[in-house]
Amino acid sequence: MLDDFMTRATLAGIGVAFAAAPLGCFVVWRRMAYFGDATAHAAILGVALSLAFEVSIFPGTLAVALIMAMTVTQLAGRGYAMDTLLGVMAHSALAFGLVAVSFLSGIRLDLMSYLFGDILAVSRTDLLVIWGGAAIVVALITSRWAALLASTLNEDLAYASGFNPKREQLILTMCLAITVAVAIKVVGVLLIAALLIIPAAAARGTARTPEAMAVIAAAIGAVSAVAGLRGAYLFDTPAGPSIVCVAAIIFAVLSLARLGIERSG
Amino acid sequence: MTLVTVTKLSVAYGANTVLRDVELAVSAGEIVTIVGPNGSGKTSLLRAIIGATPPAKGTVQLKPGLKVGYVPQRLHIDPTLPITVERFMRLTAPADRRACTEALQAVGMPDLLTRQMSQLSGGQFQRVLLARALINEPDILLLDEATQGLDQPGSAAFYRQIEAVREQTGCAVLMISHDLHVVMSASDRVVCLNGHVCCQGTPAVVASAPEYRALFGAGTGGALALYRHDHDHHHHSSSKAAE
Repeated sequence: MLDDFMTRATLAGIGVAFAAAPLGCFVVWRRMAYFGDATAHAAILGVALSLAFEVSIFPGTLAVALIMAMTVTQLAGRGYAMDTLLGVMAHSALAFGLVAVSFLSGIRLDLMSYLFGDILAVSRTDLLVIWGGAAIVVALITSRWAALLASTLNEDLAYASGFNPKREQLILTMCLAITVAVAIKVVGVLLIAALLIIPAAAARGTARTPEAMAVIAAAIGAVSAVAGLRGAYLFDTPAGPSIVCVAAIIFAVLSLARLGIERSG
Repeated sequence: MTLVTVTKLSVAYGANTVLRDVELAVSAGEIVTIVGPNGSGKTSLLRAIIGATPPAKGTVQLKPGLKVGYVPQRLHIDPTLPITVERFMRLTAPADRRACTEALQAVGMPDLLTRQMSQLSGGQFQRVLLARALINEPDILLLDEATQGLDQPGSAAFYRQIEAVREQTGCAVLMISHDLHVVMSASDRVVCLNGHVCCQGTPAVVASAPEYRALFGAGTGGALALYRHDHDHHHHSSSKAAE
C-alpha cells in the first residue's frame, strides 16, 4: 500500500494535519500566528545548515526552529514588542538561510521544494518521521491539556491551580518547532503557518468548547489534505498550496454559512 | 488554624521594590480585605501568595494541602476561544455537572450552564468566576478586585454573595478592594497597604487610623463618614502602625 506515492503523500498530509490542529488552536487563542510564521522561516536556515554539515534535514530544522522559538520567548517583554522582535528574527533567519544556501554550490538544491514543500516525494522514512513527530505533539498537548488551557485563559489562574504557565509556554514552543520540522516536506516553509491557523479558524464557528474546536480543526485539516492532493492530481497543480487552498475554501464556506445563520436567525 | 502565613515578604520587579517586609496571616474562616492606593503592591502580594511572583526576600507559607479558590482581577477570553460556562467551571478541577450546577446556584446564577462565556454580562461573568473558584470547596478564596467593572449595587450584591458563601462553607476570604465602604463593613480585618503594611485591624480601627486617612484623604469622605457614624463607639486596642 505504501508503494503508491499518492498514498504516502495522503498519509503524510493527514499526519501533519493532526499535529497542526490542536497546536493551531492554541496558536489562534494565544495570538501566536506570527510566531508560527517566524519559527517556520527560521527553518530554512536549518535546511541550509543541515545540507552544509551533511546531516539529515529533520534534526537540523528542528534544532534551528527550537533555538529560534526559545530565543523569541526569552527576549519577549524585554523592551521590544513581540511583533517587532518576531519580524526581526523571522526575516533575518530567512535571509541568512537563503544566503547560506547560495554558498552550497556543490549541492544541487531545489530551494522551491523547501519553500513550498514536496509532499509527492515523501518516502517511507519521511512518513515515519512525520507520524512520529505528530504523535509526540498530540501526546504532549493532550497530556497537558488542562494546564495549557488554564495558562492560555489566565496565567494567574493557572498559578493558583498549581500549574506553571512558563513551562506550558515552553511546551507549546517545542510543539511548534516539531510541527514545523515535520511539516516542511509537506507544505513547505511558507505555508506551514496556514496549516496551523486556517483549520483552527474554520473550526471556531461550529465549536462550543475548546476540545470540540481542536477535533473539528483536525477533521478540516485531514479533509483539506485528502481533497487538496486529489485536486493537485486531477488539475496538475502544486500539492502543498492545493492543500492550503482547500482549507481556505472550507474556511470561507463555513464563515459565510455562519454569517447567513446569524443574519436569518 | 493559620492557612496563609506571609513573613517579612519583599517583592521586587528589577530594581523596583513594590513590597517591603510585609507580614500577614489569614486564619480559617476569616474575611481579610487589603486596601491601598494604586501601585501599593496589593496585586503583587496576592500574586506572591499564589506563587506567580517569587519573593525577593521573606517567605509565603501555605498550610499543606491548602485548597485555593482564585478569582482574578479580570479575565479576558479571546473571542476565538469557544467555551461554555460548564466547561469553564471544570477548567482546573474535575467536577461533574451536578457540582457545576450547585456552584452556580451558590452564586445565584443557576441557569447559565450551557451559555458561552463570551455572551455573559459583566455581573454574570464575575459570578461565574466566583462559582469556578468555589467548585473544589476551597479552604480560602483569593479575590483580586473581583468587582471591577460592576456598578455599586452590583458589587454590593457580589460582596453579599461572598459573605453568604463564607457562612455556608466556612472558607476564609482574602480580597483586594477599591470599594472601601462596602468592603470594610464585610471584613473581619482590614489591612492597609502602601508598599508596606501601614495599619491593620477591624474596619472601625483602620477607618479611624491616621495612616489610613493620610492615604485615602477626604476623597472617600462621604462613605467613610457614614461608616464612622455607625461604628465610632467601638474602640479596639489592636490598632497597629507599622511605621
